[in-house]
Amino acid sequence: MTGIDAASLTPPPPVVVAASPGYWTGVGRRLSRDPVSMLCLAVLVAIVVAAILAPWLAPADPSIGSVVRRLKPIGTPGYPLGTDELGRDMLTRLLWGGRLSLLMGIAPVAMALLVGGTLGTIAGYVGGKTNAVIMRATDVVFAFPSILLAVAIAGALGPGVANTLLALTIVLIPPIVRVSESATTQVRDLDFVEAARATGAGAITVVRVHVLGNVMGPVLVYASSLLSVSIILAAGLSFIGLGARPPTPEWGLMLATLRNAIWSQPLLAALPGGLIFVVSLAFNLLSDGLRSAMEVE
Amino acid sequence: MYGYVAKRILHAIPIALAVSLVCFLLVHMAPGDPLTLVLPADATQAMIDTTKAKYGLDLPLPLQYLLWLWGVVGGDFGTSISTGRPVATEILGAIGYSLSLAALAAVIGFALGITLGAIAGYTAGTLLDRMVSAIAVSGVSVPQYWLGIVLVVIFSVDLGWLPAMGAGEGGVLARLHHMILPAVTLAAMPAGIVTRSVRALVAEILARDFVTALRAKGLGRRAILLHVARNVAPTALAVMGVQLGYLMAGSILVETVFSWPGTGLLLNTAILQRDIPLLQGTILVLALFFVGLNLVVDILQPLVDPRMKRT
Repeated sequence: MTGIDAASLTPPPPVVVAASPGYWTGVGRRLSRDPVSMLCLAVLVAIVVAAILAPWLAPADPSIGSVVRRLKPIGTPGYPLGTDELGRDMLTRLLWGGRLSLLMGIAPVAMALLVGGTLGTIAGYVGGKTNAVIMRATDVVFAFPSILLAVAIAGALGPGVANTLLALTIVLIPPIVRVSESATTQVRDLDFVEAARATGAGAITVVRVHVLGNVMGPVLVYASSLLSVSIILAAGLSFIGLGARPPTPEWGLMLATLRNAIWSQPLLAALPGGLIFVVSLAFNLLSDGLRSAMEVE
Repeated sequence: MYGYVAKRILHAIPIALAVSLVCFLLVHMAPGDPLTLVLPADATQAMIDTTKAKYGLDLPLPLQYLLWLWGVVGGDFGTSISTGRPVATEILGAIGYSLSLAALAAVIGFALGITLGAIAGYTAGTLLDRMVSAIAVSGVSVPQYWLGIVLVVIFSVDLGWLPAMGAGEGGVLARLHHMILPAVTLAAMPAGIVTRSVRALVAEILARDFVTALRAKGLGRRAILLHVARNVAPTALAVMGVQLGYLMAGSILVETVFSWPGTGLLLNTAILQRDIPLLQGTILVLALFFVGLNLVVDILQPLVDPRMKRT
C-alpha cells in the first residue's frame, strides 16, 4: 500500500505557543516604560530604604539636643540640614521620622486591604442578607468625612501611634469594602464561575481560584490611591496632637513643633512637611501610572 | 419627584441615627470611666450625682443612648470640661466662622477646579493638559497643614502682605483679609479633585458619538461646550457636594494652622484638653451637616439630570 509515506506518520511538530505572558507581566512592562512612574518609584524606594537604614545612616542621636545649638540653619558644618528647636540634628530626625510616618501611613492601608478586601469579597459573593449587613455598616462610616471620623476615634481613644493606626484602618476599610464588593458582584455570575460551581467546587475554592484573581486588580489599584491619603492623614493627626508624641521623631509632629521657627528659620521649618508632600505626590503619581498601565484594550 | 425626595429623606434618617449612635459611643470608647470623662477633675459629689442622674449612667447602654439622644434633639450637647460652658454655645459661636471659611474656599476651589478641568479635558493629550494635570495632582497630594505654613512663610513672613493667624477685629474687610490665606489653603484639595473629575468627564463626553454628530452638522464650539456642560453637571455637582462636606471637616487642620476660631479649632481644643463632651458634640454637628449636605445633593441631582427623573 502506498499513499501514506513515512513523513505523514511522524507527528506534526507541536505548535510552539510561547508561554503567554501573564496580565501582570504586561502591566509591569507598561509601567516600567512610563518615566514618571519610574521616577516616583525610585524616589519612594530611596526614602523607604533611607528610613529603614536610619540607625546606620543617621549622623547623630535623634533624641539628644543642646540649648547652645538650637535652630542652626541648613548647611551648618556638622549639621547638613540644620538643627531643630531643641538643638537636635534635623537630618537624623528626618531619617528616623520617616520610619514612623511611613509606617503610620502604609500599615493602615495594608490592614484595611486585608479586612476590607475579605469583607467585600464575602459580601459580593454570598450576597443576600450578609451583603446587606456588611454594606449598611459601611454606609454608616461613609456618612462621616474621613478626616472627621479619624479625628473622632483617635480623639476619643487618646494620643498614641496604636490608636492612630486603629482609627485610620477603620476609616479606610469601607471604601475598600465597596470596591471589592462591586468587583466580586460583577464576576460572581459570569459563566466560568458558574461552571466551576456546577462541577462541584466549594465556595472557598471558587473564590480563591476564580474570583480573587479578578477582584485583586481593581482593589489593589484603589488601595494604592489611598496610600497618599493615609500618609497625609497620619501625619495630620500627629500635627494636631494625636498620633506620635514628643520626643518621638515623626514628620507631622516635627512640623508642629517647628511652627514657631517659621519666623527665624522658614526653610528648616518647612522640611518635614515637604517630605510628606513628596511621598504623597509620588504615591499619587505612581497610583495614576498603575491605573493607566492596567487599562488594556 | 416628590416620591423621590421623600425616599431620599427616609433613607437619610437611619443614617443620621447611626451617626448619632457612633458619636454617642465615642464616650464609651474612650479609656476610663465615662463619668470622669464628662466631668472636670475637681467635680463635687453633687455634680457627680446630678450628672449620673442626667445621663442615666447606671442604666443599660441602649437606654442611655435614648436619654442622650433626647437631650441632643432638644439642643443639649452637654457641658464643655475646658470652658464650663454648654457645648451647644461653643459650637454656635464657632460654626459661623467655619461655614464662612468653607464657603470662600469652595468658591475658590470650585471655580478653579471647573475652569482648569474644562481646559484640560478640552485639550486632552496636549502639553497644556499635562501641565494642568500636574497642578491638579499636586493640589490633591499636598498636606494642607504644610501648604498653610508655606503660604504663611511667603505671604506673612517674607512679603508681610497677609496676616498669619486669627480672624481679625472689626469690619468685613478685616475678616476677609484674614480669611484669604486659610481659604486658599483649604481650597487646594477640592480644586485638585474637581479639576481631575471635570477633566475626565469633559474628555470622556467629547469623545462620544453625539458630539461628533454635533460637530458634523456644523455646530459651533461654544454651542458644543454647552452640550458638554449639561452632561458634566450632574456628576460634577455630586463631586462638589461631597467636597463641600470635606471642606467643613478638613478645616480642622487648616484652622489649627491659622488659629481660625471655627469648629476645627474647637476640635483641636477638645483634643488637647481631653474635653470629650466638646469633641462629641462638634463631631456630631459636623457629621450631621455632612449627612444633610449629601441629602441636598441627592435631591438636587435629578433637577440637573433629567435622566434620573424616571425613579
